[in-house]
Amino acid sequence: MTMNNQGRPTAPGTIETNELPTISGDRGLDHEEPLIFEIGRDGHAGVDLPDVQLSETRLAGQRRKGAIGLPGLSEPEVIRHYVRLSRMNYAIDSGLYPLGSCTMKHNPRLNEKMARLPGFGDLHPLAPQSTTQGALQLISDLMKWLTTLTGMPAVAMSPKAGAHGELCGLLAIRAAIEARGETRKRILVPESAHGTNPATAAFAGFTIDEVKGTADGRVDMAELEGKLGPDVAAIMLTNPNTCGLFERDIRHMADATHKAGAYFYCDGANFNAIAGRVRPGDLGIDAMHINLHKTFSTPHGGGGPGAGPVVLSAALAPFAPLPLLVHDDKGFRLIEDRDELPEGAKPFGRMSAFHGQMGMFVRALSYMLSHGRDGVRQASEDAVLSANYILASLKDVMSAPFGDGPCMHEALFDDHFLDGTGVTTLDFAKAMIDEGYHPMTMYFPLVVHGAMLIEPTESESKESLDRFIHVLRELALEARDKKTARFEGAPRLAPRRRLDETAAARKPVLRWKKKDLPQAAE
Amino acid sequence: MRYHPLTTADRTAMLSKIGVPAVDDLFKDVPSAAVVPLSAFDLPDTKGELEVDRALTRLAAKNTAAGAAPFFCGAGAYKHHVPAAVDHLIQRSEFLTSYTPYQPEIAQGTLQYMFEFQTQVALLTGMEVANASLYDGSTATAEAVLMAQRITRRPKAILSGGLHPHYAETVETVAALSGQVQRAPVTPGKAEDLASLIDSDTACVVVQSPDVFGLIRDLKSVAAIAHAKGALLIAVVTEVVSLGLLEAPGFQDADIVACEGQSIGNGLNFGGPYVGLFATREKFLRQMPGRLTGETVDASGKRGYVLTLSTREQHIRREKATSNICTNSGLCCLAFTIHLSLLGEEGLTRLARLNHAKASALADKLAQVKGVSLVTPSFFNEFTIELSKPAAEVVDTLAAKGILAGVPASRLLPHDEHLRDLLIVAATETTTDEDADALATALGEIL
Repeated sequence: MTMNNQGRPTAPGTIETNELPTISGDRGLDHEEPLIFEIGRDGHAGVDLPDVQLSETRLAGQRRKGAIGLPGLSEPEVIRHYVRLSRMNYAIDSGLYPLGSCTMKHNPRLNEKMARLPGFGDLHPLAPQSTTQGALQLISDLMKWLTTLTGMPAVAMSPKAGAHGELCGLLAIRAAIEARGETRKRILVPESAHGTNPATAAFAGFTIDEVKGTADGRVDMAELEGKLGPDVAAIMLTNPNTCGLFERDIRHMADATHKAGAYFYCDGANFNAIAGRVRPGDLGIDAMHINLHKTFSTPHGGGGPGAGPVVLSAALAPFAPLPLLVHDDKGFRLIEDRDELPEGAKPFGRMSAFHGQMGMFVRALSYMLSHGRDGVRQASEDAVLSANYILASLKDVMSAPFGDGPCMHEALFDDHFLDGTGVTTLDFAKAMIDEGYHPMTMYFPLVVHGAMLIEPTESESKESLDRFIHVLRELALEARDKKTARFEGAPRLAPRRRLDETAAARKPVLRWKKKDLPQAAE
Repeated sequence: MRYHPLTTADRTAMLSKIGVPAVDDLFKDVPSAAVVPLSAFDLPDTKGELEVDRALTRLAAKNTAAGAAPFFCGAGAYKHHVPAAVDHLIQRSEFLTSYTPYQPEIAQGTLQYMFEFQTQVALLTGMEVANASLYDGSTATAEAVLMAQRITRRPKAILSGGLHPHYAETVETVAALSGQVQRAPVTPGKAEDLASLIDSDTACVVVQSPDVFGLIRDLKSVAAIAHAKGALLIAVVTEVVSLGLLEAPGFQDADIVACEGQSIGNGLNFGGPYVGLFATREKFLRQMPGRLTGETVDASGKRGYVLTLSTREQHIRREKATSNICTNSGLCCLAFTIHLSLLGEEGLTRLARLNHAKASALADKLAQVKGVSLVTPSFFNEFTIELSKPAAEVVDTLAAKGILAGVPASRLLPHDEHLRDLLIVAATETTTDEDADALATALGEIL
């Protein structure tokens, strides 16, 4: 009989839960859920709206001719559908989410409540500015937090995600170079960079020159200096880097970059390791985006929305995109018109229609005020402490490519400990799902074979970390002992078994289509 | 610091396991000169929930919420009623606090709603395929232009004068990197001549309908002109509720459709986060930017969903990626999908008709006010009026009286002197007769 860790039976006698199919196809509280299109039917709605008389004289003859094809459902049907779908998701509120490089930490609900205050949530971006002073002050307050924590003088608030922030930073660099009357086409990108870095550089019209790493997981300074030259526009560094390590030579790197007339872009995705302790401005950085969801805990929501404000050095500040926020005796004001620019401002353009991700700004400021500067610093320290605790607790059974550490806020392992076992990084990750954990980031960074990058964050208790460490230790030991049963065909206990991703890509099915129903007999 | 679970005793035990005496030893790779004391940061220390709530509530109270006044602002962001169920459902922990669905076996909830979203967007726009959302309508439009440049291998984009000027600036900012952008003249209330601008270098023509002044455009005729010269038609929709009443761009021969989806399921949020809808023809699928969910089966043969066609993306192709974006507006697209599921065919149709009826009645009422004339002969729920005074002044005067009268065209296009007196006015299902009367009366008093 199978027992849980309190010694209670989890399965009756010898009957395995997997083996006896149910009549409904559901498994207890785990429901199979069709698509919304397969539940709905014509002529029904989950909202009550009047059927008004319509004059078509103002429709320019463009009235829709056919049906759209949307299903009709009642409100209870819609609610049940999405509640059932939600139950097929793992989330940080249900368990530890150790995705390295992604950062899943506690999402306080106070932040959600604040973002929904009508003065923020129900505010129009083009309402008269006299009626939006509180919102503009909030943006200004957030800008002060970001510039103070980073030690950088300016910040562009409108980028809508980290990658959008990278683009904003590179466009500012491009504008600064053009303003000097120069053309510089090359950007140096270390091989350990986030994939967005080279993609963004190419997107912004630059060519990419990859810089190799050293055996200890950092940028090879000799190679970097060898590649610096009069055609280099910038280097893009992630620090702490994607191997979970701090680039010790960063100050030297900044000096060499500036000496070559280039700018120093830092991918700030990992700012949560050093916030409240180290100011990137002191390290010689010219531009850095800050993923508000990583460092300041705006919820990720299954893939966004994000927000990627970009802090800028004095050299790049004049090129920040529109709109610009100013504060004078008339109050706060957004400048959208080039004729009204303050002295010296030379914005390179506009990143998006309005002023940025206000809803995320409210959440981030709520989080910052709750933490305070002391809490922000404590969060960085606890994140780094937790990652090193995991590294120290697992390095004897799993393999750490860069030795004893210390690491920053994420602990990196590779797949050497699985050599000869037949178990892959993927199998190992999927076995974690059966244990009730979201797997760590796998196969990233690309510079490490079979990488497993674990980011515990500061919001896990020691008990939570200990349980997680225990499970990983046991899995690692079973794999090394070639007890591979847990890994074969894992996951077995998730809403789905392993999914066929190759088939999905080979013949893409990207939308539901109505099946041709058989004609009823006359 | 209620969010930090570690105790001092925990920290000591953990440091002991690591084998260092203090947390500072873990930061030994950071140059010591770069480590600053806490006092170096001129910022407040931690606050309790009550204090934070008070501080932010006080800031929020300095703003006039759309629901607190007779309200007529549009121009790319619209006030609609969002059913209570939508916000309740998106706040479920399993949606709100999940990450990108990299582990599909335990992310079917996210993946299935994205698949439903893709289907809804394809149906609404009349296109064959849609992605799982982009940041917003303006960045979606910019991505559409870049995609057209990739497909046609031509450099030039022609932007209609009726395209939202902030969208046009967003397109110019990124498309100027890989080509040229030409804006057509601004002709409020009339379609401009686009045919004469299209040549053999033209990758695409970008036309918004209803346009920024509210005018409903004939996309089909523009598509014909563009296609005859080998260019693509990009259709832009900033008020997606209009698709409940107007012909879908896909049935008017658009090649790529970029929309702002904020109107369905999402609040005004002072400009963001919003949700960009992006749809195209199947033959252009592999040139499409953004995240995609595809249907597949699991090892036991059950239907399931995964992120797919990632070979276009930055984490595989790096500098050769289709785009640098690596996220979508997940939660906003969920809100869109839930709201649209609640509406269904019947609800969306009624909502769109109601919007048009409200706007029509408002236009009729305002046109009777002395000093007001209607500029846009056709419209959906937003139209432009010409006033006998500069519109920005009128809006400021009315704001002081507690009426948010609309968006002056000069706020979007400050340099066109002939737009100085134009006011863009929107009405939706939330507009009451009392609101409309208040605006008409107030305009009558000051014009």
